[in-house]
Amino acid sequence: MPLYLNEDQQMLHDSAAEFMKGEAPVAHLREFRDRQCKDGFSHALWKQFAEMGFTGIMIGEDEGGLGLGHIEAGTVLEEIGRNLTPSPFLTTAVAGVEALNAGGKTLRDKYFPGILAGETVLGLAIDEGAKHRPDQIGMAATREGNGFKLDGKKQFVVQGGSADMLIVAARTSGAAGDDKGLTLFAVDANAAGVSRDSARLVDSAMAAHVQFDGVTVDADAVIGEVDDGDTVLRRLLNAGRAGAAAETLGVGAGSMDITVDYIKGRKQFGELIGSFQALQHRMAHLYSEMEIARAAVLKAQQMLDEGSSQAELMVSVAKAKAGRATALSVKEGVQMHGGVGMTDEYDIGLYMKRDRALQEFMGDANYHTNLVAEMHGY
Amino acid sequence: MSDLETFRAETAAWLEANCPPEMREPMTGEEDAVWGGRNATFKPGQKEWLDVMAAKGWTVPDWPKEYGGGGLSRAETKILGQEMARLKCRSPLSSFGIWMLGPALLHFGTEAQKKHFLPPIARGEIRWCQGYSEPGSGSDLASLQTSAVDKGDHFLINGQKIWTSYADKADWIFCLTRTDKNEKHKGISFMLFDMASEGVTTKPIVLISGQSAFCETFFDDVKVPKEYGEGVSSVVYEVNKGWDVAKYLLGHERSMISGGGSEGATSLGAKFADQVGRDEMGRLDDPMLRAQMAEMDIEVLAFRAMAERFGDTFKAGLCHPAQPNMMKYAGTEINKRRHELIMAAGGSEVLEWESDASNGGMTARSWLRTKANSIEGGTSEVMLNVISKQILRLPGA
Repeated sequence: MPLYLNEDQQMLHDSAAEFMKGEAPVAHLREFRDRQCKDGFSHALWKQFAEMGFTGIMIGEDEGGLGLGHIEAGTVLEEIGRNLTPSPFLTTAVAGVEALNAGGKTLRDKYFPGILAGETVLGLAIDEGAKHRPDQIGMAATREGNGFKLDGKKQFVVQGGSADMLIVAARTSGAAGDDKGLTLFAVDANAAGVSRDSARLVDSAMAAHVQFDGVTVDADAVIGEVDDGDTVLRRLLNAGRAGAAAETLGVGAGSMDITVDYIKGRKQFGELIGSFQALQHRMAHLYSEMEIARAAVLKAQQMLDEGSSQAELMVSVAKAKAGRATALSVKEGVQMHGGVGMTDEYDIGLYMKRDRALQEFMGDANYHTNLVAEMHGY
Repeated sequence: MSDLETFRAETAAWLEANCPPEMREPMTGEEDAVWGGRNATFKPGQKEWLDVMAAKGWTVPDWPKEYGGGGLSRAETKILGQEMARLKCRSPLSSFGIWMLGPALLHFGTEAQKKHFLPPIARGEIRWCQGYSEPGSGSDLASLQTSAVDKGDHFLINGQKIWTSYADKADWIFCLTRTDKNEKHKGISFMLFDMASEGVTTKPIVLISGQSAFCETFFDDVKVPKEYGEGVSSVVYEVNKGWDVAKYLLGHERSMISGGGSEGATSLGAKFADQVGRDEMGRLDDPMLRAQMAEMDIEVLAFRAMAERFGDTFKAGLCHPAQPNMMKYAGTEINKRRHELIMAAGGSEVLEWESDASNGGMTARSWLRTKANSIEGGTSEVMLNVISKQILRLPGA
């Protein structure tokens, strides 16, 4: 398959671009930030996402979705990134749906209709510390009666405060660091014993610390198999990481575009500053980095869609490369904007903030660089 | 089976049957490349491999059959490449004629020129070199001064070229000359002539790698006929329009040099960890080197995806015409960094310059050779200028 969007994918991308630019541009983010919205995103917009068909991209056709893949989800995510649109799309319709796709039909029947309608929001309760360490999950799920009892703490649960269901990774056996023994649960966010404490992040998204105190769940809340949560978690993480890389790419591309425009219009010493070679070479280097990142992200999505055994390696490559390229884009963006780059009025700073949050989401560039070394056996 | 599947199966069977075993061993150095030409020297298996491939037209599989090519479609050419890689068949012929002059002639040449010049390139009979740079004309190539004066039935060439790859071993040269001193870009012609002509001398340049792949080439009253037979002009395209040909070729050259970033072992860490040493966890035991090698793995894998995407979009006509400049810039810079890490992994052992153990200092010489990647065929700085102007449309000269 050639490494560019086919006609259908391009059409989906174009309609996502038009939708995001029209309905949820950067001004939309500012509006929700300034009114101190407790959810950090618009439920009305989430319904519109559903009407556009976006929320069903990764849901099978027989279950009412579009039955498409990571490339298609990525086209929407890129535009979310480019417009800094606040939305539960990545956590709910990409990573969350992919986890449920790995589980049984009962759970899919329970949650997919709400996601397809743009009513249900999922939260991903994976991280337990400040850094993403899914191999170190220690939260306990002990057998009790017909089900399990959950005790522990999770953090960086993006949109966890407004989530209807939390996908929780916990240990049913073994100890932190073991490959096996994890189990994934679909937990009602309003269940007794769940307490959520939301905090606004640097990029104005809301993320929750979630406390589980003897939360009881039925056996049918298990996504996939008991003690084999690793299989489901991998699919969730691959989808989330590839998706985050695509969103990051949109942030980097958007930041580069507004910076190129800025230096084409700003005059100093009687000349457009974009005519100075000191800026031109840095911009051209950034262009090169962004192009390579785009190819890496598309390759990772394509390999996931094909079910390639090397997909996980390429996902880490894509997350790291898109992260590094976009970090460069937003840093150069603020610097080349000069003083106005420090003001809240200009959008470039908002791009820097979103990039910082995306860097930490499901592993930063350092984390994935280390994974690449491990996957190569050194 | 589809036609392409049949082609793949037949190609694999043919390669298995016809590729000499020596030609399926990995190359050990530059001297294993076959360049052909009037004074070609061959190691065992090389001549046989060249001849059977040339007979099928597969030294240039995508050229038309009437010019010595294989007449294969894009898809078939790709399959042949894949099968050769899978069966570890070496390339039968390395040739500036194939990589550079051929594409220029196919695009700009007359029918008579194509029929005259292309088949001997495909068969590896004539080895070509490229006469572009001059001592005073590097990045500013269009300022070149080597003059070609019209003398009726011939041109008289005087001047000097530099960085002429393998000029001392080449049979013919494709050369940029000045045919109008009053114009810059519009006073340049693209000429073809025999290096055995009277007045041509070459002098190899010793490089920091100790190798001498490049020469200074001097032209002292060299007579170049206007025609080599009926309609076979020595000038490609038209007099004073050589810059158009040169620009077209530079695009080819830039995408070719960019290949550096995607050659060789995928993971340097995987390749060198045992040699450097491992800790009790099995990790490469120098944490900083390990980190740098993992970053390089990411660069290489990402750039490979980029090369694939570039190829696909190029063929589909979807890529920006200046994109080869970006590929050249990124590919060469990655390759230089990659070789820095290879040197770091080898430590003091790869400092040896002549010993048998170091295969004559091959690692160090290769490392030094890569420094030219971002200079030859347009410097990185020139590539960045082109990206700024043509892709980003930034203002200024």
